[in-house]
Amino acid sequence: MWAFGLYNYWIVIVLMMAGFYMVIAHGNLVKKIIGLNVFQTSVFILYISMGKVGGGTAPIISEGFTRYSNPLPHVLILTAIVVGVATAALGLALAVRIKEAYGTIEEDEIVKADTLS
Amino acid sequence: MILANLPALQVVIPLIAAPLCVLIRHRAIVWGFTLLVCWSTLVVAGLLLSQVLTTGPLSYALGDWAAPWGIEYRVDVLNGFLLLIVSSISAIVMPFARESVTKDIPENQIPLFYAAFLLCLTGLLGIVITGDAFNLFVFLEISSLSSYVLISLGKDRRALTAAYQYLIMGSIGATFFVIGVGLLYMMTGTLNMADLGARLPKVLHTRTVLAAFGFLTVGIGLKLAMFPLHLWLPNAYTYAPSVVTVFLAATATKVAVYVFVRFFFTIFGVPFVFETLPVGTILLTLGLAGVLGASTVAIFQTNVKRLLAYSSVAQIGYMLLGIGMASVTGLTAGILHLFNHAIMKGGLFMVMGCVMYQIGSVNIQQLNGIGKRMPWTMAAFVVGGLGLIGVPLTVGFMSKWYLVLGAIEKGYWLVVAGILLGSLLALVYIWRVVEVAYFRPTPQESPSVQEAPLSMLIPTWILIGTTLYFGVETSLTIGTADQAARFLMERSP
Repeated sequence: MWAFGLYNYWIVIVLMMAGFYMVIAHGNLVKKIIGLNVFQTSVFILYISMGKVGGGTAPIISEGFTRYSNPLPHVLILTAIVVGVATAALGLALAVRIKEAYGTIEEDEIVKADTLS
Repeated sequence: MILANLPALQVVIPLIAAPLCVLIRHRAIVWGFTLLVCWSTLVVAGLLLSQVLTTGPLSYALGDWAAPWGIEYRVDVLNGFLLLIVSSISAIVMPFARESVTKDIPENQIPLFYAAFLLCLTGLLGIVITGDAFNLFVFLEISSLSSYVLISLGKDRRALTAAYQYLIMGSIGATFFVIGVGLLYMMTGTLNMADLGARLPKVLHTRTVLAAFGFLTVGIGLKLAMFPLHLWLPNAYTYAPSVVTVFLAATATKVAVYVFVRFFFTIFGVPFVFETLPVGTILLTLGLAGVLGASTVAIFQTNVKRLLAYSSVAQIGYMLLGIGMASVTGLTAGILHLFNHAIMKGGLFMVMGCVMYQIGSVNIQQLNGIGKRMPWTMAAFVVGGLGLIGVPLTVGFMSKWYLVLGAIEKGYWLVVAGILLGSLLALVYIWRVVEVAYFRPTPQESPSVQEAPLSMLIPTWILIGTTLYFGVETSLTIGTADQAARFLMERSP
């Protein structure tokens, strides 16, 4: 069953689509940010998966091991996680400011408030 | 010592200066400090470009880690030129900013504004100078996150929603970009752009690389506001503070266009992008749709900043046309227009900044007879507008001339017709503003409006003046653009 062997990639695709759908379909600004986070998380898993070398151990040099997993994607993803946290923080901060300015964080009500004024 | 480390200094100077701005907290000192930083990045960029023009591309190993493993900064004619554009725009915007921000941004937030501005500058310079695909993503996010903050500083509450919308679309774009880079890493095991370019040809036929190409194209397309992906741009430009609009309009999308060119020509190579895949046709179609669609929408806008924002989408269409032709002439036109549009649109948004400063609005109804009361400001608008239309003796003419030449060379008559029609549409939307400003009576009851302060007028005229200067004296810009285009076409495997 080759498809099962790649199950982590299936998880990536499911998370990616679920997150992307949330960003597009939800009108609530906080839910959109959560969706965006899920979307980004799927990419983290994609990177971590690709670092796996068949039969390799954790990349710490020690006797008796000759085959190691690739540590580089993990390091890259640490950076991407920081970026993701910063994006989420900024997005939520904007949502707070929008709530102060409009009194709502529902997209359709915001649009209505802007067209009336 | 300093000369050897110029590529690192280009990015490090504004990066270190940004947190210092927050610590200084005194409005006038922070401004002077930021001005100094922007001017020093300009000096560094100038030195780098002159070095590259005399000795050829230079490579800098960050932290002394050798190239394919460590992060490499690589400066060639193309990104040396881009570095000069970005840093000189920042150096011209800063004198303008001092007066302009006093009316746009609450006083206690001004030091924070300068900090975010410098971070944005860091990100943009970093994107341009780096030779590492993942490092590019990091700088992309530095510049994007700080530009969301900058946009949200606008006075109108719609600035907040505009920044939020940009954040969502920008993050999706950046995430697509990382997915693409990850897939490329899967197939090649390298992140260095030159190394990627060398190793990709062996695996180009795989579906993974095809998927990577798709993700990268759409991701970067979101960032550069390629026609159907431009929805974030008009609101962001309209409601952002004047200075921010000037800076972002003149640099951010241009840098994204550069990334596009870099990935197409240096990494994937012309044969794959333009012969195996029909990207040329797609770019030409989207470029034409952008030119005609966005120009038409621009005609019906009542807010002049929004009108210019739609015009920006159209101008990006012209650059895509140049890239889509995949010939030396087309690429020269694209790179040339990148520079020309940066100075024209920067100048035009500065004019709107002056109007905003004096009137507090940029709605077309408020501009009745403004040409008589702010003669210098509106004269700048007319000259910049002529450039957008593409009248001879302005830079706009030069880039359109080369675009038309490139299109004729390839026999794309439809593209030629589209470029000419786009110029006519530009004439219509520029004329709407000119007509209101010069040929409508000045309202009697309105309070007296004076010319904008000199500290804002001079930077405006510097940018507008360069559109005239480079419209006549074209050897520098065309020479550099042509050299960069040849370099890109040759390097393609």
